[in-house]
Amino acid sequence: MRELKIFGVVAFFTLLTYVGIEPYAHGQLHKHVDGNNFVYDGKADIAAASKDKKEVKTAFWADVANISKLKGDVTAGEGTYAMCMGCHMDGAANMGGVIPPVLDHAGSIYDKDYLIALIKDPAMASNVDHKYADTMAHPMGSIKAMVTEPQDIANVVAYMLAKKAGEVTPEEAYVEACGRCHANRYGKLTQIGFVPKTKTNIKTGQDIDALKFKQKVAEEQALVTDYMGKLPPDLSMIIRARGAHFLETLVENPQTQLAGTAMPRVGLTKDGYAKIVTYLEKTGDPSLAARHAMGPWVIGFFVIFTLLAYLWKRSLWRELH
Amino acid sequence: MAHFTKATSVHDWLNQRLAVDTVTRVLATEYWIPKNINFLWAMGMILAVTFGLLIVSGIFLLMYYKPDTALAFDSVNFIIMSEVGYGWLWRHIHGVAASVVFLLIYIHMFTAIYYGSYKKGREMIWITGMILFVAFSAEAFSGYMLPWGQMSYWAGMVITDIFSLGSLQLTGLVEWLRGDYVPGDAYLMRFFMLHVFLLPLVIIAVIVLHFATLRIPHVNNQDGEEIDFDAEAAKYLAGDTKNSKVMRFQSDFLSKDVLVLGFFMIFFFYLTFYHFNFAMDPVNFDPADGLKTPAHIYPEWYFLWSYEILRPFSKDAGLIAFGFAQVIFMLLPFLDRSENVAPANKRGLFGLWFWALLIVCIALTVLGKLPPEGINNTLGSVFAWSFIGLWIALPVITMMEKKSGGNK
Repeated sequence: MRELKIFGVVAFFTLLTYVGIEPYAHGQLHKHVDGNNFVYDGKADIAAASKDKKEVKTAFWADVANISKLKGDVTAGEGTYAMCMGCHMDGAANMGGVIPPVLDHAGSIYDKDYLIALIKDPAMASNVDHKYADTMAHPMGSIKAMVTEPQDIANVVAYMLAKKAGEVTPEEAYVEACGRCHANRYGKLTQIGFVPKTKTNIKTGQDIDALKFKQKVAEEQALVTDYMGKLPPDLSMIIRARGAHFLETLVENPQTQLAGTAMPRVGLTKDGYAKIVTYLEKTGDPSLAARHAMGPWVIGFFVIFTLLAYLWKRSLWRELH
Repeated sequence: MAHFTKATSVHDWLNQRLAVDTVTRVLATEYWIPKNINFLWAMGMILAVTFGLLIVSGIFLLMYYKPDTALAFDSVNFIIMSEVGYGWLWRHIHGVAASVVFLLIYIHMFTAIYYGSYKKGREMIWITGMILFVAFSAEAFSGYMLPWGQMSYWAGMVITDIFSLGSLQLTGLVEWLRGDYVPGDAYLMRFFMLHVFLLPLVIIAVIVLHFATLRIPHVNNQDGEEIDFDAEAAKYLAGDTKNSKVMRFQSDFLSKDVLVLGFFMIFFFYLTFYHFNFAMDPVNFDPADGLKTPAHIYPEWYFLWSYEILRPFSKDAGLIAFGFAQVIFMLLPFLDRSENVAPANKRGLFGLWFWALLIVCIALTVLGKLPPEGINNTLGSVFAWSFIGLWIALPVITMMEKKSGGNK
């Protein structure tokens, strides 16, 4: 039929244009990075390291692998963990540029080998050692002097994996893993926690508590900015601003996507990362469920509309030919 | 003064004062359309409906949008997308329709070129159509500024910079257009005004004019046949509807329009609910930041071809090529020197010219989005020159075209 042939031509050139622009040309704009499936073995770090650092890094990650083979003692680990609590507590203040994260769900969201590496040398583990002449200067660098024995490291990691591995909500995962640097204003989340509910004084029209909180946020942001070089972006809409591939490889190893970035690797497991994505989808693309619920009805309506239109047209055109 | 009698019905009352029967007859029931057409003739109606969707969704968005550089991004991405009931639906309809409307315009344009519907009395249809294309382009660009994302800001920077006209360095003009040295509050407000008031007004006025230009020459048909509309209409009205070459706009042609519209709406809402990313660039979900230039700045897909004509050349030559691309389609009725009104495939070399133009435009579109490096630059030059060459060749090709004697 002639109309179908014409439609075929129109559809062909439309699709050609679409495929050329979207999957093809748009795909060329972004570089592809090989992920490591959330396995933290330092492979990419060693490959990307400069000559003088290659040896150190190789040795470091070999040590991590060896410690990983040790059997950790949960009870012994609890004692060591008490030392961590000195900084990693609820309501901790900024230390050296950033607030030490709460570790309540560390065993659920962070990878075992990553945790071992982090305790051994935080700057090396998070792949920001390029920022320091001596990695001891990292805000958590002192841990290198505090927990030195491989068995101690294995114990404290075993403790976290056993006792700090409760069910974690997507929001908690975000707060613990990302929230100290990245605000999420659509989730009412700042670097120092959730925006509290405050009341405006109806007579003055001012909300002093809100202003005080804003000031505290601004002060914390200034500290984070000094430490990181720029204020880490608010992640409210990041799920729509970046592709899945970019976000996944960035979080797994920030240096691969943004060479030289101050952003540390945080060592999420695959599940931990999935939780973060769930949270980011909630703040950045909240209409997903509503779209999928409504779509079939609207499309169904127009299918019936089209059928009726066809019958109408046929009845009229019978008289024309 | 006219003589009025006591009305026998509401219809009669209106008819005495507004001549509704005559108006309906002239504009609809006895507005004659050739029978020898295909679904491409429904594009005008589909465009009108899509424009309607843009207006309606735009009105709802306008109720919550805040044209202020500090508030704009969140008013769109948070207030409209999460707080307003069905705000996401209106935004997605608006965003997808803004993109799809250009697909329809291009189909409409290339249909007209293919069937020769721009000459022998139909020049004004083509010219008003091209004015509409320019107005829609301005409307799309001004609308793209409003979410105040990274691409709004940087595309705004790049496009307004064009008005410095290269080596003429008219930076004063650029500042005057922006109301500032860089895009800022004054800039956002004036593009907001253009987008929601002045340009829609212009578009509506030109749409009315575009419809009016159709009235005397009538729409073309699939074979470019010259139809005696009065004789054929008389045949139809005498009851010989089967042998008449024409049909009523309402409801004969309208029923087909509505059928095609139904198919289009299924496609449109599929895009709106499940496949809208092509119309909403990820980069624009980052808030505008004057201190951070995005790695790649590119226009929306429908401007890519003319953007790519600018890119391969040096600054001044590029601007001239860009200016050429903007006006040359407008001149089509005068560059085509042949008298023949027929499908391109029956016009010898012109047929080749048509398909070459289509392919060159698609190639430029794809290249416009590719990063300008390596082979892309070479291909960009080749296709930009091909585009220019095709238009220079057009008068020659069509002058050599043999007169077909028409399809009388």
